[in-house]
Amino acid sequence: MSLELLRNLPFDNVTAVLVIPGVAALLLAALPGYRLTAFLNVAATLATLVAALTLLLVRPEPGPYLIVDDLNIVFVVLGTFVGFTTSAFSASYIGHEIEIGRLTPANLRFYHAMYQALMFAMNLALLANNIGLMWVAIELATLTTVLMVGIYRTHEALEAAWKYFILGSVGIALALFGTILVYMAARPVIGEGQDAMVWTALIARAKEFDARLLTVAFIFLMLGYGTKVGLAPVHAWLPDAHAEGPTPISAVLSGLLLNVALYALLRFKMLLAANPDAIAPGPLMATLGLVSLLFASFMLYRRRDIKRMFAYSSIEHMGIIVFAFGMGGPLANFAGLLHMTMHSLTKSAIFFTVGHIAQAKGTQKIAEIRGLTESHPVLGWSLVVGVAAIAGFPPLGIFMSEFLVVTSTFAREPLLAVLLVMGLLVAAGALVLRVTDMAFGEPTGKMGLVEASYLPIFAHLALVLASGIYLPGPLVAWFQNVARLLG
Amino acid sequence: MDRFVLDVAHMLAGGLVLVSFMLLYQDRMFGLLNAFSLHAVVLSLSVAWQAYVQGAPHLYVTAAIALALKAIIIPLALHRLVVKLGIHRTIETVGGIGLTMLAGIGLVALSMVVMLRATAAADPLAREDLAFALAVVLLGLLMMVTRRNAVSQIIGFMSLENGLILAATGAKGMPLVVEISVAFSVLVAFIVIGVFLFRIRERFDTVDVQALDEFRGERR
Repeated sequence: MSLELLRNLPFDNVTAVLVIPGVAALLLAALPGYRLTAFLNVAATLATLVAALTLLLVRPEPGPYLIVDDLNIVFVVLGTFVGFTTSAFSASYIGHEIEIGRLTPANLRFYHAMYQALMFAMNLALLANNIGLMWVAIELATLTTVLMVGIYRTHEALEAAWKYFILGSVGIALALFGTILVYMAARPVIGEGQDAMVWTALIARAKEFDARLLTVAFIFLMLGYGTKVGLAPVHAWLPDAHAEGPTPISAVLSGLLLNVALYALLRFKMLLAANPDAIAPGPLMATLGLVSLLFASFMLYRRRDIKRMFAYSSIEHMGIIVFAFGMGGPLANFAGLLHMTMHSLTKSAIFFTVGHIAQAKGTQKIAEIRGLTESHPVLGWSLVVGVAAIAGFPPLGIFMSEFLVVTSTFAREPLLAVLLVMGLLVAAGALVLRVTDMAFGEPTGKMGLVEASYLPIFAHLALVLASGIYLPGPLVAWFQNVARLLG
Repeated sequence: MDRFVLDVAHMLAGGLVLVSFMLLYQDRMFGLLNAFSLHAVVLSLSVAWQAYVQGAPHLYVTAAIALALKAIIIPLALHRLVVKLGIHRTIETVGGIGLTMLAGIGLVALSMVVMLRATAAADPLAREDLAFALAVVLLGLLMMVTRRNAVSQIIGFMSLENGLILAATGAKGMPLVVEISVAFSVLVAFIVIGVFLFRIRERFDTVDVQALDEFRGERR
């Protein structure tokens, strides 16, 4: 009965996923007051999440602009969920920032409007059936996050925003060039105009495209969107942007925006894989992923800033995910998808915790944070559990996905698996080293109290723990289906 | 007629590459802004020629946007900004002009080799346009790398965007959505950068990116 109701709505649920954050952005830009707007922000993200969940039940036909298929629905549901929990965390985080005067009411109005605009842009990028539209949406997402990273207006925040803006725009420009080349390759086959940019038309006829043009296009797309994923040679914006912006934005960047760029990369990988004469995208992606993993895992040792450390950990994990998708095949793709989901949940939970810790301690410097499990037991232990998860300890979810990545690699390329395992161990060592310093021992420094919102942290960590112990059958079947689709 | 059409298209696209080189060796702020205006004028001529050749009237809109916004409004605004901030002094470059020019020549050669090989099957009008466009994009990147001043980096980025528009209009029948979005994104990008410039000024009394670098992460 409820399904009937959904089908008879005056507009479909895909539109709702886009319209709710769009309208909320306009509304929040106009409304004053912290409590009301923070509440509205949470309500809007919750409504978007509900609309995204209905996509699982009722799936509209793909149109020329929007599409819902097995692949992007994973990203949309995960994205709207993390968007919702982050807005709940953000409400308490922002309350504290206003108290200590780091943010003014005018800043706040801007912040909330940008948060919703970001949600809109990310959902649009994921649901777009047109590669031009997808590009526009990712550009919009970049611009909104640049503005939010610079919101504190400190020296560091400005430098981070500037660096992010320059690197992000160059990446986005290269991706546009790649998009134009894909259109050029498709035009002789599909014909001029709109259709040659529609994803469903492209993938159906990719076999007939000019292979050399497609190859050059993919190089540009990989460098361009790879910048936004945070792959090693072009990652420089990522640590600064994570460290200097408000912590909810760090959580959204790591938990969502990196995934959106990854999604764009995967779409074009499928296009290349469908053309037998074009370059094989797998080895390129696997190499870049492995380089990112190794680079980031060694860089983790020299970090002095807690948010910057977890930003490097994000580069490491995006490296693992891109490596897994680069290896390809049903098992590695499955592992990549699972790892992406687990990483989003865990890393945003860690940033929620770190945000409150930094507020309580009044600093982000690792050296000045000591004995958290004694001074702030809940936050301290959440950090310990979160880091245990992200470092890949059993029985948490990331252990399972990393295990799958490693075993599927061992079966095919044992040498690469050795490098992979080395990277994982080095990174785990660095994280454990730093966190034992911070979590245990004699508490020092400021002992501030914060009105923390523990619920988002617990919800994420519980999900990660539960999926490490038992993955429900339908979820496994769903992910397996998507993994097959990815080739 | 066909030959003539091709020749004019090549002349304009090649002209854009030449003006990109002019941007590389400008060592005064106002000279740089004027060279960028010229860049935008050549781009809009090239786009207008494509509109005429392809019989695609919507491309005239793109040409008009390029002319109004990038050849007139943005350079004027930047001109005022430069005067207001008092930074109309010599621009320092990294690595020296000779070396930069040599690198630029290498990049142009690279883009010719790559694009002409990759697009052997495409029609000649599009394929050579694309090769020139890639050269402009790469030269824009080179300029962003070799300049320290925030305003010159913006100019480098906008010349890079000009190369993208050249590529987009060269691809026959590419939907208008994308072109307008490109023009729009430049506008948005400009606003963003403008805001940043004022904030940078507010905080540092300089727009030299070198000064920003001193606050780089990893504080002890």
